[in-house]
Order: sequence, then C-alpha cells, then structure tokens
Amino acid sequence: MDIGSQMLHALIILFAAIFTDNILLARFLGMCSFLSVSRQVKTAVGLGLAVVMVMTFTIALDWLAYRYILQPYAIEYFRFILFIIIIAAFVQFIEMVIERYSPLLYQNLGIFLPLITVNCAVLGASLFMVIRQYNLIEAVAFGFGSGAGWMMAIVAMAGIRERLNNAKIPRGLQGPGITLIIAGIMALAFIGFTGVLSGR
Amino acid sequence: MVRQRTGDVVLAALWGDNPVFRQILGICSALAVTNLVLNTAVMGAAVIFTTALSSLTVSILRKWTPRIVRMMVEVLIIGFYVIIFDQTLKAYWPDMSRNLGPYVGLIITNCIIMGRAEAFANANPPGLSFVDGLFSGLGYACVLLCVAIIRELLGMGTLIGMPVPFFSTPLWDRWIIMVMPPGAFFTLAIIVWIARTIQPDKEPKKKVGI
Repeated sequence: MDIGSQMLHALIILFAAIFTDNILLARFLGMCSFLSVSRQVKTAVGLGLAVVMVMTFTIALDWLAYRYILQPYAIEYFRFILFIIIIAAFVQFIEMVIERYSPLLYQNLGIFLPLITVNCAVLGASLFMVIRQYNLIEAVAFGFGSGAGWMMAIVAMAGIRERLNNAKIPRGLQGPGITLIIAGIMALAFIGFTGVLSGR
Repeated sequence: MVRQRTGDVVLAALWGDNPVFRQILGICSALAVTNLVLNTAVMGAAVIFTTALSSLTVSILRKWTPRIVRMMVEVLIIGFYVIIFDQTLKAYWPDMSRNLGPYVGLIITNCIIMGRAEAFANANPPGLSFVDGLFSGLGYACVLLCVAIIRELLGMGTLIGMPVPFFSTPLWDRWIIMVMPPGAFFTLAIIVWIARTIQPDKEPKKKVGI
C-alpha cells in the first residue's frame, strides 16, 4: 500500500473507533469510571483528556513491545501482564513529568491519572489492536480514536447527568441505574452511525 | 464459630454485597459477553476460577508481601491465572476463545477480583479468602447469567442455541435490539433497579438526588 491509501485507511479506523464502534457504547469498556466520574462536565473533560493521551501513547508502546519483544520469542501469551505493566509504568511516568513541568496541567489532570491504570478501556484497546492485527499507524489511529470516543461519551453523559440533578427518579434507580438507562439510549443513538463507515 | 463466619461470608458475597448490584463493579464484561448464554457461562467460569484462586494465593502470600509492592504482586497473581485460563481455552475450545475475544484478558482489570484481593484476602486466612473469592465470583456469574438469559430469550428466541417454545415461533417478534449493545444497558439497569428496590438499604442516604 502506498502512503496515501494507508493514511486513508488509518483515518477510517479513527472515525470508526469514535462513532460506529465506540469503545464505551458498543464494546462496554471503561464502564467503572464512566459510571462513577460522570457527575460533572468539568471532571469528565479532565478524565477524558487524560484517557485520550494515555491511550494514544500506550497503544504505540504496546504495539512496539508486542512486535519486538513478544513475537520474536513466541511468548505472546505474556501480553496481558506486559501490557498492564507498560500502562502502569507509563501512567506513573507521565504523572511525574507533568508534575515537574506543568503544575497547572497537573492540578487539572493529576488526580485522574492513577484512575486510568485500572481503566479497562486502555488495556482493551491494546488487546483489540493485537486481535485485529493493526500496523503501527493504524494502531495509533485506533488508540486516539477510541480515547476520543470514550471522552465524547463521558462528557455527553456528564452533561445529561448535571441536568438530572433536579429530576425525580425512583429510589432504586438513582445513581447507577439511571446512568445505565441513559447509556442505553446513547448507545441506541450511536447505532444510527452503523453503515456510515465500512472500514474496521 | 468458624462455620458461622463462612456462612456469613457466602451470603454477603452472593447477595448483600453482590459486586454488581451493590457496588456496580466490573460490569464491562458483564455487558459485553451477555448476548449469548453459552459465552456468558464460560466467562462466568473464568471469573470464578480467577477470583477464587487469586484470593487464595494473595492470602497465602500476604505475610511475605511488602506493602509497597502489594498492588503489583496482586496484578501479577491475577494475570497468572488469567493466562492459564486463556491458554487452556485457546487450546481446547478455540471457537469460544475467538468469540470472547479480548474479554478474557480483560478479567485482569476487572475491579471485582482486585477488590476482593485488596479488601478481603489481604487480611484473612487462606481458607476463608478462597470461599469469599469463590462466592464473589459466583455472585457475579449469576447476575451475568440472568442478563444473558433475558437477552438471548427476548432477542433470539433461544437459550444456549436451542429454540424455546413460544419465543422461537412467529408469534414472538424477536427484539433484535436486546442482543445489540443498548439491550445490555437496559437489561442491567432494570436488574439493578429491582435488586436495589427489594434490598433493604443498609447505608443511610448520603446525598439527595444522585
């Protein structure tokens, strides 16, 4: 493939990851923090940005580790442990860098970083990348797109939940219950994108 | 005395503290694999296997694990069991392994297992930790199965691939939406709603609204 068509292919993967195959609404990854940190738009944006950043970089690192460490020695089954170590190490590293160079960014993003290590969307994206056999460019596009899709979903959810504060909700449905129903309706809306893009 | 405690642990793990109803933890996979009952059963077995054995291992090693590297050790133990399950599945049931895709690997980040290791196995003897892990996994698998049965029955008119009387006949208009992602959200929401309504609320209301 020449560069142009490869770029186009990566672009299709990017948009597919955001809209038709949203990692949260179609693949159900990253639900825990989605349910617990979606009360305010401001925190949702902070967490979303942190996820986009971590996902884009860790998917590239995971790709390199898979291609150049695991595959040559035929120990692909170690990928679960290796990926999670890479993610944890990267999050720790980025936390220190941000703290050192940008106190302002640290103030806004810092508290969310530890949460991300256990966000299954990050690990999930890397595992999907292995199963679908993406090349490096596609993997980065997929990581960025998944992160952006996740961020979009959580910000939209936070916006809706802020308005729900004054609504009268049955007692058993308060909190997670109503959030799940809203997520269902959002997923329903996202099904409308099916067929817009055919690339995976 | 010991028997009494074991009973309490079992009951709490299955119902009172059920990870899904009570804490809404680890529902990523609860939603993703529940469109077919068979997939769900295998996934449930994987979770039970991992939770029980990793709780046991964490508990056995708890006196020799330095507190600073505790989390890392727990992740490695959990990862070890997940790899065993994943490789076994791949070897003996490759089709199922393909169906479940990345979700078996994602058990590592399933908060339930880490949560049990942190909250229980760290401070309790191995036997009790094993029971706690086993029944936490079982409680989780039960909810998964409930969701899967509802989704497959309403969506495809079958159970474990076998047609069910009434539901597989033309009398029943299949709710295709149930086997698609939104169906998972709605089903789980309704189950959580029912469970929370019957269950006496132990914790006093902390906030008004959400």
